Amino acid sequence: MQATPEKTLVSKSSEATKIARPWLARWPLLRAFVRNRKAMLGVSILFFFIMVALLAPWIAPGNPKKMESRAHLAPAWVADKPAPGGKTFLLGTTGQGQDVFRQLIWGARLSLSVGLSVGIASTIVGTIIGLTAGYLGGWVDDLLSLLTNVMLIIPGMPLLVILAAFLKPGPVTVVMVLTLTGWAWPARVMRSQVLSLRAKDFIAASVVSGERTPRILFSEVLPNMSSVFVGSMVGSTVYAIGADVGLAFLGLTDVGTTSWGTMLYWAQNNAGILTGAWWTFVPVGICIALCAFALTMLNYALDEITNPRLRAEKETTHGKRNRANVLVTPVVRK
Amino acid sequence: MAPAPTRPRRETLKGRTMRFLLRRLGFYAVAAWVSLTVNFYLPRLMPGDPASAIFARFQGKLRPEEIDSLRKAYGLSDAPLLEQYFTYLKSLSRGEFGISINFFPAPVTTVIATGFMWTILLAGLATVISFFFGNVLGIIGAWRRNGILDSVAPPLLTFIGAFPYFFLAMLALYFLAFQAGWFPLRHAYSDALSVNWGSLTFIKSVVTHMILPASCIVLASIGGWMLGMRNTMVGILSEDYITMAQAKGLSQKRIMFSYAARNALLPNVTSFGMALGFVLSGSLLTEIIFAYPGLGYLLLQAVRNLDYPLMQGLFLMITFAVLGANFLVDILYVWLDPRTRR
Repeated sequence: MQATPEKTLVSKSSEATKIARPWLARWPLLRAFVRNRKAMLGVSILFFFIMVALLAPWIAPGNPKKMESRAHLAPAWVADKPAPGGKTFLLGTTGQGQDVFRQLIWGARLSLSVGLSVGIASTIVGTIIGLTAGYLGGWVDDLLSLLTNVMLIIPGMPLLVILAAFLKPGPVTVVMVLTLTGWAWPARVMRSQVLSLRAKDFIAASVVSGERTPRILFSEVLPNMSSVFVGSMVGSTVYAIGADVGLAFLGLTDVGTTSWGTMLYWAQNNAGILTGAWWTFVPVGICIALCAFALTMLNYALDEITNPRLRAEKETTHGKRNRANVLVTPVVRK
Repeated sequence: MAPAPTRPRRETLKGRTMRFLLRRLGFYAVAAWVSLTVNFYLPRLMPGDPASAIFARFQGKLRPEEIDSLRKAYGLSDAPLLEQYFTYLKSLSRGEFGISINFFPAPVTTVIATGFMWTILLAGLATVISFFFGNVLGIIGAWRRNGILDSVAPPLLTFIGAFPYFFLAMLALYFLAFQAGWFPLRHAYSDALSVNWGSLTFIKSVVTHMILPASCIVLASIGGWMLGMRNTMVGILSEDYITMAQAKGLSQKRIMFSYAARNALLPNVTSFGMALGFVLSGSLLTEIIFAYPGLGYLLLQAVRNLDYPLMQGLFLMITFAVLGANFLVDILYVWLDPRTRR
């Protein structure tokens, strides 16, 4: 809550040094980022999955939807059953005889690209709305805030379902629908950030010197919100990955495509659980969770690094005290 | 925003509380209206003739005359859009949400009513449990900073929270119910029993069927509550009035719960309403895994059979339920914090 004003103070000072040494001012942040364990953990997991997605044709060549011939497999597997992992298929095959490992690798492409595009798109939409609402104030703010809050309170999944059901299934629809339902949270965060920035002197100075509103918004306000922007983007991506998987699981995306969500859909539809074929859903779920976990870690790290209060005293919200003081409050035990 | 200067300077506490609740009520009315309107326009945004698209599913079951009369019942006519809109609102106000295609000729409301109770039972109970224990864990974690609980639970719960709800459900179903056989595999109560809340065997069956899905929802959502509570608590613990309370020599328990936790609870109560929709979305998917006969299962049926009226009815009903629950939370908030104003 009270974190925002201080954060802007710091960004403001870095804004000031920017004129003389544009890059130097950024290095401490980068260094803090590299030194942060959470950040590095998040980045490495994410980097791993992005590389896997990009290198899919080399890691697991072939069409992920191809139904493998079972003639060369042991006779026990010839029956219409998913086969467990082995030498031929690292993670076994699905109920339709597809290679789980190959699907996992190729599925990363669609899942991650949907997640990242929704993350970017909904943050941009949310930023525009939040900036406008926070900066203009008055009835524009009232209206946009009302809209934001309404979007936040309407339960996501049922809304997603009716939106997706009435539109043509496919990745583009999913991105659109998820953006439509996902912009509200970034908008809210952005708005409160703008509200605290608006009271700053350097904004007043720009207004007095006669700069136009869009210019103030985009070259004065926005650069000071970059950490919030990135944070929202990461958060929205987590949301998008989860929601995309949920939609696919319900069968509301194009189930003919290979993504992590559709893999779970097919695992469920082919009764992967009740036939004991755990390999059809466990690896996928772990990949989804790892990605979401990596992004969450990244967000915590960003918060720790860019929020001076958290950085200096690790989560003590009361500014003047440091962590040691809290622990050794005179009367508390000892 | 800032109170209008013309307003009388001092308002009674009751008046302020009433105004707060009325404003919230107004907000929920707007939210309800938005969802109604979205619900109205969506089918009409579909390419082609919405009526034919929706009723295409009926073809096998109904004669053309009957389809015509159904069209009328849905207000899908050639009348101007505004007129259709008012017809739609009128029929909704009479509680007519349309007729389910899948469960034809049952009205959507009847179909939903069967699942509503189970979802409220499962999601409601799980949410309350998760909220309660999450907050308690958060309080303890903050109180014993850097203790075992404080250093193990947050990363662990964050990791668990990263799993989609229904994936946790899949794991639980596979390992605990299918492999180990400790829990029933599906449904809300044993197939051999019929609904009878008076009988102990029935209630026992309901409880054993609920343990697994409910624990999945609790497990997935508890981390958020714990972290939220912990972080607010840590801030509050450094406030002067806590030091003061300690200087006065009050018991640790009293300081922890009556001084720190009570104040730290407020932000979590506010976010409770918003999280409700999220938790509900997750629990709908969890229901599907366990074939739990709640709204999630109905939603799946609706999607599978392209039962648009049922889907839309579910959307509206769930939204209204969430709005109602939020209003209850507002009342709770007022009760917890008499300073409520603005």
